[in-house]
Amino acid sequence: MRRKLLSVIMASAMTLSLVACGGGAAESTTTEAPAATEEAPAEEAAEEPAAEETAEEPAAEEAAEDTAASGDLIKVGIINNDPNESGYRTANDADLKATFTKENGYDASFAYSLKNDEQIAAAQTFIQDEVDYLLLSAADTAGWDSVLQDAQAAGIKVILFDRTIDADPSLYEASIVSDMAKEGETAVTWLAGQGLDEYNIIHLQGVMGSAAQQGRSGALDEKVAAEANWNIVNQQTAEWNAEKAQQIVQSVIDSGEKFNVIYAENDDMAKGAVAALDAAGISHGVGKDVIVMGFDCNKWALEELLAQNWNYDGQCNPFQSSYIDEIIKTLESGGSLSEKTIIMDEKGFDASTITQEDVDNYGI
Amino acid sequence: MSKIEKNEQSFLKRLVSNQLFIPVIALLLLSVINLINDPGFFRITLGTNNAGNPVLSGYLITILDYGSELGILAIGMTLVTAASGGQDISVGATIAIAGSAMLRILCGGVSRPTELAAPVIVAFLVACVVGMLCGAFNGMLVAVFKIQPMIATLILFTAGRSIAAWINNNELPIVPDPKFGYFGGFIPGIPIPTTVFIVIACIIVIALVLKFTNLGLYTQAVGINESSSRLNGINPTFIKFLSFVILGLCVAVAALIKVSRLSTINYSVIAKDIEMDAILAVALGGNSLSGGKFNMWASILGAYVIQFLTTTLYKFNVSSDALAAYKAVVVILLVVFSAPKVREYMSGLAKKATAKKGVA
Repeated sequence: MRRKLLSVIMASAMTLSLVACGGGAAESTTTEAPAATEEAPAEEAAEEPAAEETAEEPAAEEAAEDTAASGDLIKVGIINNDPNESGYRTANDADLKATFTKENGYDASFAYSLKNDEQIAAAQTFIQDEVDYLLLSAADTAGWDSVLQDAQAAGIKVILFDRTIDADPSLYEASIVSDMAKEGETAVTWLAGQGLDEYNIIHLQGVMGSAAQQGRSGALDEKVAAEANWNIVNQQTAEWNAEKAQQIVQSVIDSGEKFNVIYAENDDMAKGAVAALDAAGISHGVGKDVIVMGFDCNKWALEELLAQNWNYDGQCNPFQSSYIDEIIKTLESGGSLSEKTIIMDEKGFDASTITQEDVDNYGI
Repeated sequence: MSKIEKNEQSFLKRLVSNQLFIPVIALLLLSVINLINDPGFFRITLGTNNAGNPVLSGYLITILDYGSELGILAIGMTLVTAASGGQDISVGATIAIAGSAMLRILCGGVSRPTELAAPVIVAFLVACVVGMLCGAFNGMLVAVFKIQPMIATLILFTAGRSIAAWINNNELPIVPDPKFGYFGGFIPGIPIPTTVFIVIACIIVIALVLKFTNLGLYTQAVGINESSSRLNGINPTFIKFLSFVILGLCVAVAALIKVSRLSTINYSVIAKDIEMDAILAVALGGNSLSGGKFNMWASILGAYVIQFLTTTLYKFNVSSDALAAYKAVVVILLVVFSAPKVREYMSGLAKKATAKKGVA
């Protein structure tokens, strides 16, 4: 009896966690979308028109209007990481949901998982559902060959976004990615332009081995190795975590070592670092003792820039949907793509030049 | 054997068998290591923070400050461990839930409010209720349905952070009022971290409860032998349930501190892995992880020992993702030393040593 009860509760626990995590199974947009779509348009307004001003857009919209019921929509299956992972992912998911709507001529289904095997299972479900396009942000780079071959055999076109995979390029139509190394270079070039006599840097790294960490660390490591007046005071992974960043910076402050730059590989860690600086009475921001740098362009982070509390924020563009939309439209009209890998435009914001418009347009 | 020797032996025995022995030795060991490495570790300076208020700073203050959440959690975790003979592994996730509920009330469901939607005290009370409900859920599974605590709390461990995300519509609200930051920082004019006062308040409350109620006695009775405690008129189901609810309350207080530190919440990483540290604190306090007798003060001391270790490792520039490995070493040592075989051997050695002295 006891054992039976236990197993029942275990089973319900598993289902509960599956449901709560968004699950490996495909969910239709209609169940989840409302909350996400409400907030997205405002952020999108600036970027969308440019990408969508193609000749066929009105046609597509018209078509969508009167074929919403007849099933003439382009069927897309979207496999993404869990939107709760980070602000980046939340913005990314909201952006996709805002673009791939019935009004825009799409019938989109979403599947979320941070686990590769669950994502592959979701891909197989989408293939069985005979989607027209499979959009994929893979959790892991490996293991995708066979399922993508199945997709190809079924005539499904695959488009990668945000993350690349280790598979033969013939298996996908296009991949739309951020160039993390370039983000790092942009940031380091900006830092070099500040003309400090000496750079004593606290370097807060992301989860070791992630593409963002490697790209953003690589540029700084190179510069530090090349220049005599660039020193690393402390180089640590805070695993994207504000609390850990706060403790690491606190530890450096307690040790009494001098530093004048905080190079945090995301906004959360920069925020944690700033909390430690504030507690210790160390001034930071434009024209102050310590230069604070972050990445990802969260809206609140850009507001810190606007308030001159931070100095720099590097963008990691989560708005791939307009690019994907354009690609699908090109492919649907029988055109071909000039490039397989599309690298998105990414900016770096300087606190002394940032405007409220930038915050509204690029904040995620 | 003369009287003095007898005294000496019993003193040694008492010392080793005292529950505070392990955490105090660990604390001394860490202090000595730091003293040898850099005496500056113990320096405390008075400075001002960016808000212009006087604050104390230094490694010791950092330990007292950052160890607070763990110290508070150790209180509840000790009771749960003693009563149920198992541990709650969902405290990190419940901190995310309680913290999210608090922010939801404070910000009124808006991600970037310009002013507080409700007073802090209301939000905190709601968080307490939420934390206690989560505790009650765990407690019910454990006490009523007799599920192993670790399995029962696995449910909230897996689902908790998603629930937290759902509470705030996947947004990360930021509390606009700088006064909210006082709980995890400094109150103007008082140079000691507020968290220290919060911990002291919690300790006073639990000390009064243990002194003036039968909670401690009943908890131990249930943990040692459930059926005989029932025969003696104690309701073991209620005691177990109560211990989880108390832990829920501790979680809510810890959540207040955590959320206040940065005036925001990142539910996917807030208080990550803190459950393991809390369990380790109970173990370090020399409490049996299979329930029964407990020593609250040893657990709380254990929590600060862990923070001492963490801070020391940060000082030595140990990579933060390797911290867990060092803590694992501590766990291994603890487990080995608390194993009955080793204890027997040790007390045998101690006896031999005193016996030799007697001969000489």
